[in-house]
Amino acid sequence: MKMMTPETEAELADAIANAEGPLAIQGGGSRGLSVAGVVLSTQGLTGVELYEPGALTLVVRAGTPVAEVEALLSAENQQLAFEPMDHRGLLGDAGTPTIGGVIAANVSGPRRIQAGAARDHLLGVRFVDGSGQVLKNGGRVMKNVTGYDLVKLMCGAHGTLGVLSEVSLKVLPRPEAAVTVAVEGRDLSSAVAAMSAALGSPYDVTGAAYDPDRSVAYVRVEGFSSSAAYRAERLVAELGRFGSTRLAEDSEAVWQGIRDVAAFHGRTGDVWRISVKPSDAVTLAPQLQAEALQFDWGGGLIWALVPEGTDLRARITVPGHATLVRASAETRARLGVFQPQPAPLAALSAGLRQQFDPRGILNSGLMG
Amino acid sequence: MQMPSPNPAILARKDALVARLAEVLPADAVIQDEAETRVYECDALTAYKCPPLLAVLPRSTQEVSDVLRICHEEGVPVVPRGAGTSLAGGALPTADCVILGVARMNEVLETDYDNRFIRVQAGRTNLSVSGAVEEEGFFYAPDPSSQLACAISGNIAMNSGGAHCLKYGVTTNNLLGVTMVMMDGSVVEIGGAHLDAGGLDLLGVICGSEGQLGVVTEATLRILHKPEGARPVLIAFDSNEVAGACVSDIIKAGVLPVAIEFMDRPCIEACEAFAKAGYPMCEALLVIEVEGSAAEIDHQLALIAEIARAHNPVELREARDADEAARIWLGRKSAFGAMGQINDYMCLDGTIPVSALPTVLRRIGELSKEFGLDVANVFHAGDGNMHPLILFDANKPGDLETCEAFGAEILKLCVEVGGCLTGEHGVGIEKRDLMLHQYSAADLEAQLRVKDVFDPKWLLNPAKVFPLSVTESRRGVVMSAA
Ligand SMILES: Cc1cc2nc3c(=O)[nH]c(=O)nc-3n(C[C@H](O)[C@H](O)[C@H](O)COP(=O)(O)OP(=O)(O)OC[C@H]3O[C@@H](n4cnc5c(N)ncnc54)[C@H](O)[C@@H]3O)c2cc1C
Ligand SMILES: Cc1cc2nc3c(=O)[nH]c(=O)nc-3n(C[C@H](O)[C@H](O)[C@H](O)COP(=O)(O)OP(=O)(O)OC[C@H]3O[C@@H](n4cnc5c(N)ncnc54)[C@H](O)[C@@H]3O)c2cc1C
Repeated sequence: MKMMTPETEAELADAIANAEGPLAIQGGGSRGLSVAGVVLSTQGLTGVELYEPGALTLVVRAGTPVAEVEALLSAENQQLAFEPMDHRGLLGDAGTPTIGGVIAANVSGPRRIQAGAARDHLLGVRFVDGSGQVLKNGGRVMKNVTGYDLVKLMCGAHGTLGVLSEVSLKVLPRPEAAVTVAVEGRDLSSAVAAMSAALGSPYDVTGAAYDPDRSVAYVRVEGFSSSAAYRAERLVAELGRFGSTRLAEDSEAVWQGIRDVAAFHGRTGDVWRISVKPSDAVTLAPQLQAEALQFDWGGGLIWALVPEGTDLRARITVPGHATLVRASAETRARLGVFQPQPAPLAALSAGLRQQFDPRGILNSGLMG
Repeated sequence: MQMPSPNPAILARKDALVARLAEVLPADAVIQDEAETRVYECDALTAYKCPPLLAVLPRSTQEVSDVLRICHEEGVPVVPRGAGTSLAGGALPTADCVILGVARMNEVLETDYDNRFIRVQAGRTNLSVSGAVEEEGFFYAPDPSSQLACAISGNIAMNSGGAHCLKYGVTTNNLLGVTMVMMDGSVVEIGGAHLDAGGLDLLGVICGSEGQLGVVTEATLRILHKPEGARPVLIAFDSNEVAGACVSDIIKAGVLPVAIEFMDRPCIEACEAFAKAGYPMCEALLVIEVEGSAAEIDHQLALIAEIARAHNPVELREARDADEAARIWLGRKSAFGAMGQINDYMCLDGTIPVSALPTVLRRIGELSKEFGLDVANVFHAGDGNMHPLILFDANKPGDLETCEAFGAEILKLCVEVGGCLTGEHGVGIEKRDLMLHQYSAADLEAQLRVKDVFDPKWLLNPAKVFPLSVTESRRGVVMSAA
């Protein structure tokens, strides 16, 4: 297989400008999204451009491994607050996830409900569009409304509008403590009600997930130790009406498991990721007829494990969208990885792709 | 400030246009009388005025769609308008445009506490969104100082911020979905009560697009439960550098206040003279607010005090009760009013990396001497968003021009040190001609191409955001279509 690994932004621009056919953009070389074309890897574009802990800003090249970024931040007691998942266990691969891949896929974990998604922490981008032009948008400061926000547009575009060469991120302090309250509920409906009550409380909940295999809802609070302890205590009391409540043993392991969908690791079948209004999860769950389910974001994020080849979208009757995260190439091609958009939005998206990648060579066909 | 000259062909067809609009709107929704269109001649950037050809005040998405379809067919430019509080001239009309005001669209459509969102018509004012959910203890987080007047639609178009955005983010971080009418009259729904709509992040690019991509008629907004309590502390320093270092140390220590406001000496003096909040006279003041239960607040304030003491503050004043808290905020909140008492003023809005604060304040001081105009600084110190207020005399010939030239130098300085031209007010006409200082021609072209997709005829608010010379050929399409 042919592969290009540019080591500078200028080389990246050359590679794209001179491409004669489709390019498959690859971050960490972990299992990609199987699009056709010459592999264009960002692994050569690594390194930290700037890190100012006192200003909560980090500027880093897109091919830098996520693990390196997290280690750097950790040394200053800071973190990526959007808590990106490590998808390797779920996808059964062993690549090295890159920060560019995380941003291109807008990967956000349990704390998304409180701190926002990856897109909410992305301050600026440098990228090369489909014609080989180097472009920038946003910057390195936290508030910036100068011109259109192409930063958001690039985040979650899965490389279809351009290849990111550098990203600026807002980072946040790592909380001193995290405490998790476990609510042993009766069923999904009471779990969603408990999570909803927690998320609608003044206690600034940073995680709310439900594991139906154990019939346990988990609610997380973070902050200074005394503060987290106090809030957890209040929640233990106030959530008592939804089931028996207690403090969970190993908070960090619980949330890592939820973030990475550990419950599905090593199990066969296709994996879908569905985003809905939290209370709709209650109606939707039985209709999915899944082999296994996991709920995050207070019920708003559903992970479903179904027999291979199942068209899960056909069973979804509520507003929202479903992404096919793990399936055979044949199933992905047949069902599409991403939820088809309503015609007017699909037309706008196609128009944007046409502007940024007129030759249609970047991850061609991936998003529509 | 240059504006494109009005298209005579459009001016000549005013009556025909009125007749067509009258077919789709009730009589009181079409405003054509010159005495009445004058109401819409400017926004809060009052130095620039121009009555529109017409104003329309629709009440529903359908009516907005009808208006846009007709204007699209007629090739008439449209300038959307919320409450007209833009400080950047975002809602400034041209003589050949239709002002489309959404102020009559102010209903609450749905409140859902279980799923923590509210859906409103976009003309509803910011404060009344919080007002609608207050009884249940909820609020809508972005809180621009203009929140009593400004509309959600304007907030979305400008991606407005507020005093508490260090913790809660700005509009884009709290917007879940919109109903938007495209220039050709078609209606699109983007996002909704679920998170992170699939596909490209269109919502992200619509927020902050200054009324150039579509007319937003409804919005789904995230609401939050209020914290148990909040309390400010005031810390005075004898130098800007030390105050800046203190802010950086607080953030590094892992305390994340909801607000860190900074005032320099000229600002403190003006506020003190105006509001008599009892501020100490010093070079730099910080007002820092934290939230939580009483014990949580005590804990955070103790940490902040410990860090501040290491920087030898002139004074450190904790609010012991609600009254003292109000007094601490009083001066800061009256900053703009205080300046207005002294003089006419222009409020700038650049953002800088927090570390560049001392350099930038020093340089602003030097520029102030060069231009011969006084300037006072208020600053969202946690996120680097500066609001230098330049004082001038509108009645003195040449003073406005000097003030604008001075302002432009400050904004260029913001870009030079790694920041940007505008942190929350938007580009409008005010910073339009400075865009090439921040972006290359290619970077701007990429943005224009986005507008090409949403509004191929360039009819929506076409004279804003980008230098006129850069958009000329595209706006030309407007003329030929007319
Ligand atoms: C089919 C599939 C669906 C997924 N869906 C989700 C999901 O919905 N939510 C979630 O949390 N995680 C999801 N993931 C996991 C997510 O992709 C990874 O966590 C993360 O992207 C790992 O980084 P990487 O460097 O290995 O990226 P890769 O796997 O190499 O790339 C991820 C995507 O980003 C693109 N990309 C990578 N680098 C760049 C760059 N510099 N510029 C532009 N584009 C780039 C790639 O073309 C690819 O489309 C999914 C993974 C797969 C395989
Ligand atoms: C005293 C004062 C204090 C202020 N404080 C702050 C502050 O703290 N933070 C801050 O961010 N801003 C502040 N502002 C600026 C201003 O209030 C904001 O920009 C506000 O969001 C504008 O809202 P509006 O409804 O008045 O919009 P308008 O002024 O009517 O319009 C602003 C822009 O929005 C567009 N627009 C309006 N409605 C629509 C629609 N339906 N669809 C598409 N586009 C539309 C217009 O075309 C225009 O480009 C302040 C202004 C004043 C006068």
